[in-house]
Amino acid sequence: MSARRSVRRSKREIISRRVGRVSPSGIRKFFDLLSTMDDAISLGVGEPDFVTPWHISEAGISGIEKGYTMYTSNWGMPELRQELARNLAARCGVEYDPDRELLITVGVSEGLDLAMRAVLNPKDEVISPEPTYVSYESCTVLAEGVFVPVPTTVENQFRVKAADIEERVTSRTKAILLGYPNNPTGAVMERADLEEIADVARRHDLLVISDEIYDQLVYGIKHTCFASLPGMKERTIFLGGFSKAYAMTGWRIGYAAAPAEIIEAMTKIHQYTIMCVPIMAQMAAIEALKSGEAAVREMVADYDRRRRVMVKGLNAIGLSCFEPKGAFYAFPSVKVTGLSSQDFAERLLLEERVAVIPGSAFGDSGEGYVRCCYATALDDIREALRRMRRFVQRHRL
Amino acid sequence: MNREVLEVLEKDAKATLKQISAMTGLSVNQVRKTIEEAEKNRVIIKYKTVINWKKLEEERVQALIEVKIQPQKDVGFDAIAERIYRFPEARSVYLVSGAYDLAVFVVARTEHDVAKFVSDKLASLESVQGTATHFFLKPYKEDGEILEGQEKVRRQPLTL
Repeated sequence: MSARRSVRRSKREIISRRVGRVSPSGIRKFFDLLSTMDDAISLGVGEPDFVTPWHISEAGISGIEKGYTMYTSNWGMPELRQELARNLAARCGVEYDPDRELLITVGVSEGLDLAMRAVLNPKDEVISPEPTYVSYESCTVLAEGVFVPVPTTVENQFRVKAADIEERVTSRTKAILLGYPNNPTGAVMERADLEEIADVARRHDLLVISDEIYDQLVYGIKHTCFASLPGMKERTIFLGGFSKAYAMTGWRIGYAAAPAEIIEAMTKIHQYTIMCVPIMAQMAAIEALKSGEAAVREMVADYDRRRRVMVKGLNAIGLSCFEPKGAFYAFPSVKVTGLSSQDFAERLLLEERVAVIPGSAFGDSGEGYVRCCYATALDDIREALRRMRRFVQRHRL
Repeated sequence: MNREVLEVLEKDAKATLKQISAMTGLSVNQVRKTIEEAEKNRVIIKYKTVINWKKLEEERVQALIEVKIQPQKDVGFDAIAERIYRFPEARSVYLVSGAYDLAVFVVARTEHDVAKFVSDKLASLESVQGTATHFFLKPYKEDGEILEGQEKVRRQPLTL
């Protein structure tokens, strides 16, 4: 080595400023703590506790056996897109051209990232209800956009009001990002609520990115697909997937449905970064669309029973909880204990060995709440409720 | 009749009234009434337990016996089936399509007991033309439950 001055850089210079602006996951600490306990019950998961229905797994396995182990079209296998188009028309009431308006993605996670990068210019604003799924803000920031949260409250059952969105529209607003049925609150939107938002989008010429990953997990109501509202298909990027309804989280497969121009742009990124979704996941997804309906119905009926047990149980121990009608989360208030949601979650884990996610992980308006997933064995839910009862009795103000 | 109550019970016969009430959103009284009515109408036949006897190394054999029937004049399959299903050894009896007529599931202590049942009780019936006995060698799944080798899948304990 010569005596030239070394070019060592500080860490801050190595990592891009864009990534530096993204905040790390708020649950890392819990994860480390929880992994040292083997008697803990976790209500902190965000996925089904079912294994993928066997006929769906089997379709993926037999695909591999037959030698389907190669790349597919960047857009996804034509058969899958055709089945998907049929499914969306029948289930959601929106017609998409399988050749130009559908893209198979690595879950909604990728779909969201592609959507943001495809439509945002630096400093463009994205308005989104809060509490909000954690990657919404991060994906916005990574695409150099500005995330504009709209607080929602339990008084309105965590549904976002069109007027609250409209209040935040500026000349830089590019899109409204919706996630209903909602993670973490379990809130759903009525058709009339969505129509008002559609109206805002129309008047201000905004795009709507609608994450409907939980669309099949609703209880006692009918889900309205945002793109199915009059005039909305042409301004909506509809994101969906197989993970939650078909218990396929580990397969990593979802889709984006949008006007051809947007799908074209999203595919440009997708083809250079992902190339295509693994073929075995695509083959399993075809089977899911063709004959997965009965299995979904059975799982939803099961979640519904556990939902009732969870919500009733939480209210009975003094953690007041509005009735969530979608996804598989209950979002009770912990204000009765006077603890912050972070403290509540931490102490509940240490003292009673029950893991929940602090609401503050989902934005400021999640403070005072915790997320409890009921996609967990009934016996575990019951035992968790017993432990939480003890905890609340001890800490009640 | 409320199907949800029945669905819960079919999965777990030990579910209490209170638990079923919480799961279905019905009152405890409504659940009790539903169950009483279902029991009365024999919609609920009985409550039973799936046991893996192999674990106790209990001597116990199961067999499927195919029975070919020569229907008698004026007596259909039902009457012959009744002659057979009244034997306590016959745990389940079905009229089936195909190469034979009745499928008879038998549980007994030894293979000898099964053989005795077939030769003494079944084959001696006038209308039975022939039988074929299949002993069960190894149970994999019973009543929808996989008995062994079911590895518990562990999820990541926390995900957002």
